[in-house]
Amino acid sequence: MESTFPEQIRKLALALACMLATREVWADYKLNLTEGVTSISREAYRLHMLALWICVVIAIVVFGAMAWSIYHHRKSRGAVAASFHDNTKVEIAWTIVPFLILVVLAIPATNALIAMNDTSNADLTIKITGLQWRWRYDYLKEDISFVSNLDDKSAAAAKQGSGIDPRTVEHYLLNVDNPVVVPVGKKVRFLLNASDVIHSWWVPDLGFKKDAIPGFVNEIWARVDTPGTYRGQCTELCGVGHGFMPIVLIAMNEPEYLVWLAQQHAASAKARAGGDRTWTREELLAKGDEVYAKNCAACHQPNGEGIPGAFKALKGSPVVKGPLAEHIDRVMNGKPGTAMPPFAAQLSDAEIAAVITHERNAWGNNTGDLVQPAQIKAARK
Amino acid sequence: MEHAASHYYVPQPSYWPLVGSIGLFCLTGGSALLLTDHAAGGSFAMGVGLLIFVGMLCGWFGTVIMESEGGRYNDQVDGSFRWGMAWFIFSEVMFFAAFFGALFYVRHFAVPWLGGSGDKGLTHEILWPAFAATWPLLQLPDASHFTVARQAMEAAGLPAVNTLILLSSGATVTWAHWGIKSGKRRQLIAGLGLTVALGAIFIGLQAHEYWDAYTLQNLRLSSGIYGSTFFMLTGFHGAHVLIGAIMLGVVLVRSIRGHFTPTHHFAFEAASWYWHFVDVVWLGLFVTVYLL
Amino acid sequence: MTELALPHPHDHTHPSGITRWLFTTNHKDIGTLYLLFSVSMLFIGGSFAMVVRAELFQPGLQFVSPHFFNQMATMHALVMIFGAVMPAFVGLANWMIPLMIGAPDMALPRLNNWSFWLLPFAFTLLLATLFMPGGAPSGGWTMYPPLVLQMGMAFPFLIFAVHLMGLSSVMGAINVITTVFNMRAPGMTYGKLPLFVWTWVITAFLLIAAMPVLAGAVTMLLTDKFFGTSFFNAAGGGDPVMFQHVFWFFGHPEVYIMILPAFGIVSQIVPTFARKPLFGYTSMIYAVASIAFLSFIVWAHHMFTVGMPLAGELFFMYSTVLIAVPTGVKVFNWVATMWRGSMTFETPMLWALCFIILFSIGGFSGLMLGLAPVDFQYQDTYFVVAHFHYVLVTGAVFAIIAGVYFWLPKWTGRMYDERLGKLHFWLSTISVNVLFFPQHFLGLAGMPRRIPDYAVQFSGWNMVSSLGAFAFGASQLIFLYIVVRAISGHGAKASAQVWEGAQGLEWTLSSPPPYHSFNEPPKVP
Ligand code: HEA
Ligand code: HEA
Ligand code: HEC
Ligand code: CUA
Ligand SMILES: [Cu+2]
Repeated sequence: MESTFPEQIRKLALALACMLATREVWADYKLNLTEGVTSISREAYRLHMLALWICVVIAIVVFGAMAWSIYHHRKSRGAVAASFHDNTKVEIAWTIVPFLILVVLAIPATNALIAMNDTSNADLTIKITGLQWRWRYDYLKEDISFVSNLDDKSAAAAKQGSGIDPRTVEHYLLNVDNPVVVPVGKKVRFLLNASDVIHSWWVPDLGFKKDAIPGFVNEIWARVDTPGTYRGQCTELCGVGHGFMPIVLIAMNEPEYLVWLAQQHAASAKARAGGDRTWTREELLAKGDEVYAKNCAACHQPNGEGIPGAFKALKGSPVVKGPLAEHIDRVMNGKPGTAMPPFAAQLSDAEIAAVITHERNAWGNNTGDLVQPAQIKAARK
Repeated sequence: MEHAASHYYVPQPSYWPLVGSIGLFCLTGGSALLLTDHAAGGSFAMGVGLLIFVGMLCGWFGTVIMESEGGRYNDQVDGSFRWGMAWFIFSEVMFFAAFFGALFYVRHFAVPWLGGSGDKGLTHEILWPAFAATWPLLQLPDASHFTVARQAMEAAGLPAVNTLILLSSGATVTWAHWGIKSGKRRQLIAGLGLTVALGAIFIGLQAHEYWDAYTLQNLRLSSGIYGSTFFMLTGFHGAHVLIGAIMLGVVLVRSIRGHFTPTHHFAFEAASWYWHFVDVVWLGLFVTVYLL
Repeated sequence: MTELALPHPHDHTHPSGITRWLFTTNHKDIGTLYLLFSVSMLFIGGSFAMVVRAELFQPGLQFVSPHFFNQMATMHALVMIFGAVMPAFVGLANWMIPLMIGAPDMALPRLNNWSFWLLPFAFTLLLATLFMPGGAPSGGWTMYPPLVLQMGMAFPFLIFAVHLMGLSSVMGAINVITTVFNMRAPGMTYGKLPLFVWTWVITAFLLIAAMPVLAGAVTMLLTDKFFGTSFFNAAGGGDPVMFQHVFWFFGHPEVYIMILPAFGIVSQIVPTFARKPLFGYTSMIYAVASIAFLSFIVWAHHMFTVGMPLAGELFFMYSTVLIAVPTGVKVFNWVATMWRGSMTFETPMLWALCFIILFSIGGFSGLMLGLAPVDFQYQDTYFVVAHFHYVLVTGAVFAIIAGVYFWLPKWTGRMYDERLGKLHFWLSTISVNVLFFPQHFLGLAGMPRRIPDYAVQFSGWNMVSSLGAFAFGASQLIFLYIVVRAISGHGAKASAQVWEGAQGLEWTLSSPPPYHSFNEPPKVP
């Protein structure tokens, strides 16, 4: 620790005063559950409020009785202890009444649960895949798919010792590069699965979270009724990047949604195009640096040294400095049984080529190799 | 003895518990090192730990046997031992329950889901379209990191023979119990000897079965969930047969040395309870692992 | 023949020196060892929590990396649950059960010593992982695969540490059951057993039924990682969710293992200071037994979001909320015990009263979590963190502290300083609410748990919570001081009775009781 102790205290006090005083900290501040923008979320909210008030009333009655006897039946006030220790009628009553209260809660809860489970007759199906630490969205039947990462500004500020104040970053840790977009008023079915470990997809305004489990598919649905941008996060511990895989969902009116769809089709065509030409060394290194920072640095660290015992170093790694085929294989197919995920499905040919080129030339791994998208394309077969 | 039932027996301080803890510490720490690529130090620590642990068992039980033969134990101590053993066996039952539960779960939920039936049908359609759910599960959803078994286990043949062996060993141990109760030491010793022998045959046959599984059938721990559940359940059971047989063996030696009386023979009963427990687990296994 | 070689069992030596503690078969010594072990673990686990709260003091990463943060949260939970709370209850059981039922010792004294001496070794294995390449376990105390399988060197150490802790708990539990079944003084019928003893018998049953299942679960993890099995891997026909089922089959009973003895302690303290017999003794026992039974059929309420079939979700929702009924019976009985009593408010009573209120608050949030459709919103947020700290810290830990104040004079023969005790109480109670109450708001507003850094709108309450945490942690130093003073023989001498309203065999013995007590069975009134 660089700063001295009193200095730290001063800083602490200062920070405290600032934070508790500034308006923006408390500005979009909420104490209660969000009501959300779907029938499911409103159902959950109503149930939450019902349960909350029931608990509050019970608490007032029980703690009230306790307070009464603490006050009136205390020895210092001259209270003399009675000697009763049983009363069957009272005991039966306070067994049955709570039970009835529970029945009152269970009925709406059952109905809500049944409604949430009905994924039939969806207008649109989006497959969501959790990856360490990003989300991939596939619009089934639309041939659109993209990966959604934490946005660059948040990522930069979130680095230890970045010196950037998170409060200056808009939607810190709740912003992504490629948001998922849905049309308003349509029943959207989400299919969840994961490729490495368990993740959980949660947008509070939709009223649910559901786990994304490797090897299995879970279903849930939502019909968003108000256009807007809704933010959420991964809610199942999934490793060091768990706090850094947000979700942004934009609900658009039908016409805008169609425009967005068309853009996506065009963009994916363009992305595929890059894979056909030969890239220069500079292009590859620039692109590779970018891809590395986004996809690999969380584990292997920006300096390529990894985390000993958890994530292997790439600096001086025998795989990176060794035969190209093995390196390509490792990046495309990962290493089963370890945290190293397969990237073949997540990254385009050009991106894989670039990141491998980057690794083979960075941190003193100066192999001088260049890898072209065509080589990756060949390796895919 | 002078200490009548009105007195409690509180043993003197003992170093065996601490020795046992050190033994287990070396054993587990050593295994952990071994598993994480520190083979030399790991196996050394493991070996030392094992020795200490076995030494502790001999020493501790030796003390208990000495105290018992010295007439230290009254009915109350006997009662404590009985409750202790009974609850210990119950804890073992719950250990097996975890693995039986796993078997139940994969057969009734996981494998059918992967195969497209039940609640998670989409799992099949989207992730494993080529997979067909069967049991025993030989064709895996994705076999690339597993060994593919050629053949499942048959219930007829060895397992059926083993069932008969264990059942008859239950009978022989009961016969020995009658012997001890009516003071017929020859019957006791013969019954125990037979039981231990049957146990040994069981283990031998099971080893043979494992050998066949690994070589002929290519059925291994790594053959997917069928191999996993099969070997873990039968393996832990086999280990318990071994422990039970050792317990009975010790009781046999003690019987030969003239320990035990028709009324006072808790060690015998503990070992035989344990044996019956192992027996019952096998019946559960035979039905759920081999037959169904 | 061997008679001569054996030392006489009743020569009542009072062993001394280090070997007294290493080789002891005395329930009081072993109880003391457990309690000392527990308090050191409370401080270690508490320090880990302080690291967590320091990092969460402000948004942005200030002190630790995400990797280390996850290690701290995971180790915090493991150390607190298996190192602090459970051993504390076993320590109290060791000290008090033989005194309460009029037995000279636990039924199996040597086994008792072994149960204790496994723990320091188990925790050596666990804590050593902090210094290994790749660090300590970081996949959460729930150890869900596949994440936990990505762990480096620490992995097998974690598994084996859990095995040893489990062994220790099971043997401790066997000892408690056997003692109560077999060692009661003549006349000490089941209908007369103090509630602390009753709750512990039922807890012991939960331990024996639940801990081996945990051992099985982690064994499957071990073989999945090192021996090629595929229990938790869909590619081989298994299912990662299966681990969660097996784990929570242990895990839910586990949380009641940590609360039932607390109920027992409170049921001893409240009648003492209300000077009135416990209301509804029999219904208290039935309530605890029902809670114990229900605890085995509610486990999947931790898994509402994994995508269970509808019927499963409904079943687990109903069974979960049902637990409110017997728990309510207990709360109502305590209140009825106070009703028309003659109450005084010494430190143990303050903690016990506070337990009743704050535990209930934790219970209420538990009930809300039990409603599956809303749990989809609460699950894995700070609302859950708030829930379980209310039941664990202001529940289990508060009850333990209450018990320590209650029995400390009996153990040491010294009264603690009442003014300091009250100071400790008020500081703790205020700060613990500053610490955990805002976490309800954080959770409802959408802050996930197990994250080292958070969106800016959560910063206000996080800061408040962290300040509460530091204050609460610092308050515990007073506790340490009070206990150390009593142990080292400072303070007024305590009478045998200690508390005016105290009733039961333990209060008929001198304070401190003789090293060997009840060698002749006492007369039970
Ligand atoms: C001592 C520990 C303890 C105790 C006693 C409890 C008690 C309860 N718990 Fe809690 N729980 C935990 C420890 C505990 N829990 C832990 C550690 C976790 C998180 C684990 C992890 O994920 O890491 C957890 C998580 C947890 C979840 C999962 C949340 C999630 O991850 O999504 C749920 C869901 O149902 C739940 C429910 C309950 C319920 C219904 C009770 C009930 O027993 C409460 C009953 C009590 C009352 C209701 C109050 C008193 C009653 C009355 C005054 C009567 C009248 C009341 C009514 C009729 C409402 N708990
Ligand atoms: C019995 C169990 C128990 C106990 C007693 C506690 C006690 C505390 N816990 Fe806890 N906690 C858990 C069980 C417990 N916890 C569990 C099961 C989890 C889930 C883990 C997971 O997600 O896997 C968890 C997770 C958890 C989190 C969430 C982490 C996350 O999700 O990222 C937080 C954050 O605030 C937290 C805080 C605290 C604090 C501040 C205390 C305090 O009460 C601690 C107070 C004690 C001390 C501080 C020690 C004594 C004093 C000193 C050492 C003196 C020095 C201190 C100062 C000078 C300040 N705990
Ligand atoms: C989730 C964590 C994680 C991410 C993200 C990740 N890796 Fe890895 N990687 C690992 C681990 C763990 C290993 C070590 C595997 C083993 O034990 O052999 C590894 C190994 C490697 C190796 C082999 C190194 C050697 O010496 O064996 C290469 C090359 C590699 N990764 C490249 C990449 C690239 C390129 C990316 C990004 C596009 C990436 N990794 C992203 C975790 C990760
Ligand atoms: Cu993905 Cu947490
Ligand atoms: Cu639970």
